[in-house]
Amino acid sequence: MTPPYETHEHDVLIIGAGGAGLRAAIEALAQGARVGLVCKSLLGKAHTVMAEGGIAAAMGNVDKNDDWRTHFCDTMRGGKFLNNWRMAQLHAQEAPERVRELEHWGALFDRTDDGQILQRAFGGHTFKRLCHVGDRTGLELIRTLQDRGVQQGIDVFMECTITRLIKDGDRIAGAFGYWREQGRFVTFKAKSIVIATGGIGKAWKITSNSWEYTADGMALAYEAGAELLDMEFVQFHPTGMVWPPGVQGILVTEAVRGEGGTLTNNRGERFMEKYDPKRMELSTRDVVARAIYTEVKEGRGSLHGGAYLDISHKPAEYVKKKLPSMYHQFRELADVDITAGPMEVGPTCHYMMGGIRVEAETAQTTIPGLFAAGEAAAGLHGANRLGGNSLSDLLVFGRRAGLAAAEHAKKVQNTSVNSTQIENAARDLLVPFERPSGENPYTIHRELQDVMQSLVGIYRTREDLTRALGELEKLKERNSRVSVEGSRMFNPGWHLAQDLASMLTVSEAVTRSALAREESRGAHSRIDHSSLDATWGTKNNVIAREGAAMTLRQSPVPQLPNELKELVADEK
Amino acid sequence: MAEAVFEVFRGDREGGKPATYRVPIAPGMVVLDALHHIQAHQAPDLAVRWNCKAGKCGSCSAEVNGRPRLTCKTRMDALPMDKPITVQPMKSFPVIKDLVTDVSWNYRVNKKIPPFTPRPDTKWKMSQEDVDRVQEFRKCIECFLCQNVCHVLREHDKMEEFGGPRFFVRVAGLEMHPLDSKSRTKLLKDELGIGLCNITKCCTEVCPEDIHITDNAIIPLKERIVDEFYDPVLMLVRKIRGVGKETD
Repeated sequence: MTPPYETHEHDVLIIGAGGAGLRAAIEALAQGARVGLVCKSLLGKAHTVMAEGGIAAAMGNVDKNDDWRTHFCDTMRGGKFLNNWRMAQLHAQEAPERVRELEHWGALFDRTDDGQILQRAFGGHTFKRLCHVGDRTGLELIRTLQDRGVQQGIDVFMECTITRLIKDGDRIAGAFGYWREQGRFVTFKAKSIVIATGGIGKAWKITSNSWEYTADGMALAYEAGAELLDMEFVQFHPTGMVWPPGVQGILVTEAVRGEGGTLTNNRGERFMEKYDPKRMELSTRDVVARAIYTEVKEGRGSLHGGAYLDISHKPAEYVKKKLPSMYHQFRELADVDITAGPMEVGPTCHYMMGGIRVEAETAQTTIPGLFAAGEAAAGLHGANRLGGNSLSDLLVFGRRAGLAAAEHAKKVQNTSVNSTQIENAARDLLVPFERPSGENPYTIHRELQDVMQSLVGIYRTREDLTRALGELEKLKERNSRVSVEGSRMFNPGWHLAQDLASMLTVSEAVTRSALAREESRGAHSRIDHSSLDATWGTKNNVIAREGAAMTLRQSPVPQLPNELKELVADEK
Repeated sequence: MAEAVFEVFRGDREGGKPATYRVPIAPGMVVLDALHHIQAHQAPDLAVRWNCKAGKCGSCSAEVNGRPRLTCKTRMDALPMDKPITVQPMKSFPVIKDLVTDVSWNYRVNKKIPPFTPRPDTKWKMSQEDVDRVQEFRKCIECFLCQNVCHVLREHDKMEEFGGPRFFVRVAGLEMHPLDSKSRTKLLKDELGIGLCNITKCCTEVCPEDIHITDNAIIPLKERIVDEFYDPVLMLVRKIRGVGKETD
């Protein structure tokens, strides 16, 4: 039968229009698929636009000795060997080609003296490896992909939110959602769906993430029966702004340290000497974030409770050229001239290493026809992501997801969209309007952020995590009584009520996984289990839904084949 | 705690009027923070477009005290507090609701622009000096404030004949790309109506990325058109030599 709402039909539907979604769309289109792309915001505004430092790819333009093997080893080491080795291998091997492709589509990277793409140093990378455009690499990436995709003929559905995946038996059959502008409902029929919706930073109070980062894709996949992997690994970027209060959490790119910026405490000590004397400021993000946190906690913090990050020893013109957005950001928002004095910085919730469990080659989830790529997917980064590996992740696995989704669509017969599933999804969307009084979604969101910030932050304990689970339970109960005012037309309170459900589900997955992992590894630090545990080093946490209950089990970390094992051993 | 008084437009395509809100002021606060405070405490359905709150995505454009601004970069301490702060949607685009406008026209204009087209034999080497001037154009965050303030669009509604500063910047980025082989001058002249621009520089003044839109993008493009379409000597030279970029 014909579904009751506005309906669109595609071979491949992509949810999310950041780097991964756009790259997937371009690839699926190149395979001859009819492609639809749905995004919550206007096209070109996705979180990728905020990426600053660069794209990690072993091009060897600056350091001739670099190659994929070293990049692979760096990624595995940074991820504390919880990574899916095959994803790390594909990523390291394919990233250079993905960068060259961007250049062929019009991206303009900074150049070396001999006219090649320039590469800069970054934390955890052995060689100068990050292809960049000043400190606005993400903007260059998204604009290039956006223009390419639009020219190739993607159907774009802007300001549209998906709230439910529709299944036909075990297979994916479509998606249901609403137009943010008018609040009208819309159904998408599709043979394959790619989730590229990013992370969950908005569940924390201090975050570098935009409002869109509410874990929608992870929640959609989980609700549809897919598995979530490594959810305890949330990256706190060491350097967010700390002052003034309104800008707290806004990202200060790692490129500041990549270009030679130093970190000091209120005694003028370069404290990284204590935490990682070899790599200093260019240690991995988990280490630097904990170092700053510790300095502040032990009374050696900066004026407003952070650390001092200083690049002013470099010539002012150089700083303005290589870090233009940082220069403007601090001048306009904090009255600080970074060419003349230090910035104040502190940890900010930045990235989700965990996410939807996917197969390495195809990015397919455990549901046939459902794919995931980018931050929404898990596996590549293990317990901690290296800076620069995110943009390359989007390109490598965005392309792979688009390719596999198009191939899957060629193979399957038409699926049918079940109207009961749609009616249920529509009813759930409207319920908050029918309650004359109830909980305010903004209040619940603020309280969720308080819980995650204070109990599921950089350092964790059994006691805090257990308390967090109790608090999340209460918030979920309150969210079932949320009410919204006004009409369906562009109503942010209503939109937030939808996003909250996703954030609460995925926050619970994070907390349960963090409680289970009784060790400290990468971005997951347990005060009550403060060292690495060899047994936990062989296990990934997997979250899945059984009926209405969230279940957690462990799955063995995929074993490296011998040649890669030797490679990693040699590099050590 | 000190308070600021806001008059924020509430309404839709049918019309509307300003509503008054009082918001406590915190150090370093920006106008977007105040709008969020209003949503959380007074008007949960106040429609505001925003994403990054860091001046990088160009979503939160509005007119603050009559001036086109990114609300995430408009500091409260830079505004006079002795009278209400007015926040209005961008005037050049149709209102959807409150501060959210329909900017879809911009996306339609963008589709008309032929993409980057490298020569078949391209060696992918470029010097930083050649890349510098194009990188300036590629800083654009598509906030559409330049489009909003341009009188050809704002006062004369020439959406059908004119592309606007944003797309002159985009075309300049393609035309001046060191490895591009396509000419877009005819498009600029005929479809994007660059001749309608009379270089008042309003666009340059409002650009939050400090792109020298008029001097570095529009004027050089206008010169290219003059050279190509109106300079008889150059036309003759081109005819004899058959040089120049490929045109449609």
